[in-house]
Amino acid sequence: MAFTLRKDISDASRIINHSFYWTFISPFRGKPVRIRAMISEMVKAGYNSVPIVAVISFFVGIILALQAAYQLKRVGALIYVANLVGVSLTRELSPILTAIIVSGRSGSAFAAEIGSMKAAEEVDALVTMGINPIRFLVSPKLIALMVMVPALTMLSDVIGISGGFLLSVSVLDMHPYNYYQQTINALLVKDVFTGLIKAWAFGIVITIVGAYQGFKVEGGAEEVGRRTTSSVVASIFLVIIFDLFFTMLFYYFT
Amino acid sequence: MQNTEHAIEVTGLRTRYGDREVLKGLTFSIPRGKTTVILGGSGCGKSTLLKHLIGLLRPSAGSIRINGREITTLDEPGMDRVRGKMGVLFQGAALLNSMTIADNVALPIREHTKINEATLQIMVRMKLDLVGLSGFDHFYPSQLSGGMKKRAGLARALALDPEMLFFDEPSAGLDPVTAAGLDELIMKLRNVFRMTIIVVTHELPSVFAIADYVIMLDKGQILFAGTLDGLRASDHPRIRMFLERKPEQQAYSPDDYFRVIAGE
Ligand SMILES: Nc1ncnc2c1ncn2[C@@H]1O[C@H](COP(=O)(O)OP(=O)(O)OP(=O)(O)O)[C@@H](O)[C@H]1O
Ligand SMILES: [Mg+2]
Repeated sequence: MAFTLRKDISDASRIINHSFYWTFISPFRGKPVRIRAMISEMVKAGYNSVPIVAVISFFVGIILALQAAYQLKRVGALIYVANLVGVSLTRELSPILTAIIVSGRSGSAFAAEIGSMKAAEEVDALVTMGINPIRFLVSPKLIALMVMVPALTMLSDVIGISGGFLLSVSVLDMHPYNYYQQTINALLVKDVFTGLIKAWAFGIVITIVGAYQGFKVEGGAEEVGRRTTSSVVASIFLVIIFDLFFTMLFYYFT
Repeated sequence: MQNTEHAIEVTGLRTRYGDREVLKGLTFSIPRGKTTVILGGSGCGKSTLLKHLIGLLRPSAGSIRINGREITTLDEPGMDRVRGKMGVLFQGAALLNSMTIADNVALPIREHTKINEATLQIMVRMKLDLVGLSGFDHFYPSQLSGGMKKRAGLARALALDPEMLFFDEPSAGLDPVTAAGLDELIMKLRNVFRMTIIVVTHELPSVFAIADYVIMLDKGQILFAGTLDGLRASDHPRIRMFLERKPEQQAYSPDDYFRVIAGE
């Protein structure tokens, strides 16, 4: 038990080290990241997630506005709905919602892809061709998620706030210009920025967890399924842990 | 380089999975420019041995020299240089499913050379033609039959004109005609290109067709190493059993058997 735990930790740290080496250091030593694979990962992880992220963010924006109005109406401070929607979306909800969607869509796909390649000896074949599997498989995904999770988070910010706006001007009878002005005043650059830093870190977490679970596969198809499931559970768990960590950090240091 | 006669020399190779020893001190050498067959029953450690020879696994003790170079202590870049002279055909062909056959074959060439695209396409077509797959460039691995996949995997293994070719069970799961076709291809590679070929198998017809030299493993040890004629002439009971396809002797008396299934 202690032995396997130690091995898990050393496997995980090996994947983290190698992923960063092959993504950020080796390109300067003449081994570039595969650009076409990277673009295709960006399309799969980013572009194809746009509809689901947009719809969920829109609804969450509406829900937030309604929940905020429920409290603020009683103290006659309905205009502060704009603050609550804007700040909680940019600082917290957009990054975490996006990360959860991307874990479910891409994290699991990474684990399944790498896992089935491992089971079919394709990873061994890459090694014997002198191609590092981490460079070949993980680096394009890592860059793709480091770009796409923040990008989707920005999209989620905009659409979520629009959802809150639409609800407020229709159901809550707020004046559109007031709502707009209130949002602009409430949001600091730092709110948006800390949210994007979180999103960037979540992108790394999701890629590493997916890759780790994929490379762990030793047996056949049944294990690929199991590893895919655990990659989603583990990356959502780790995303929340990292969220806690960053939120505490930003609370004290910004 | 020092020893021109042997491509690979293995001394005292031991390896274990967990605390079960799978290879128990193997010493043998593989002649250059010949076809060597590694033979043995299921689970005797053939694939494990092959993975050591191509540097995918590291032994717990012993030495492996390829072209006079010790590979068990080599770092990754050094190992990659040794692998540059090797081609491997895995048991399931191990083609990358996300790429066409042509891209699979082109992959090692693209990674290791800076050839322009037009030349590359010609090289790929030459390799595919060599294994009899002309015209299948744009097929995906999932659109090929088992035998075609193996031939495509072989084309990829040949992409960089290796000195040494390794096969893990090339004819397993193929019909006798297709298997014979593959054997013929292996012989052609040895005769025409003078490659050192190492084949892991337990298909006897294929052994008799292709082997110059045979290494027979049993329970992680070497039972026989020598020429094909030497193997035919051997009167070792376990070798005879294998060659004559006799089942293993029933080891238990009925009483013992009862005890075994009762879990005592
Ligand atoms: N990853 C592994 N972990 C633990 N034990 C293993 C592993 N791989 C192989 N073994 C064990 O090592 C032994 C040798 O396995 P190997 O795959 O080398 O056999 P083989 O001779 O290739 O058999 P076959 O002809 O069936 O392919 C087997 O008893 C197997 O149970
Ligand atoms: Mg085997």
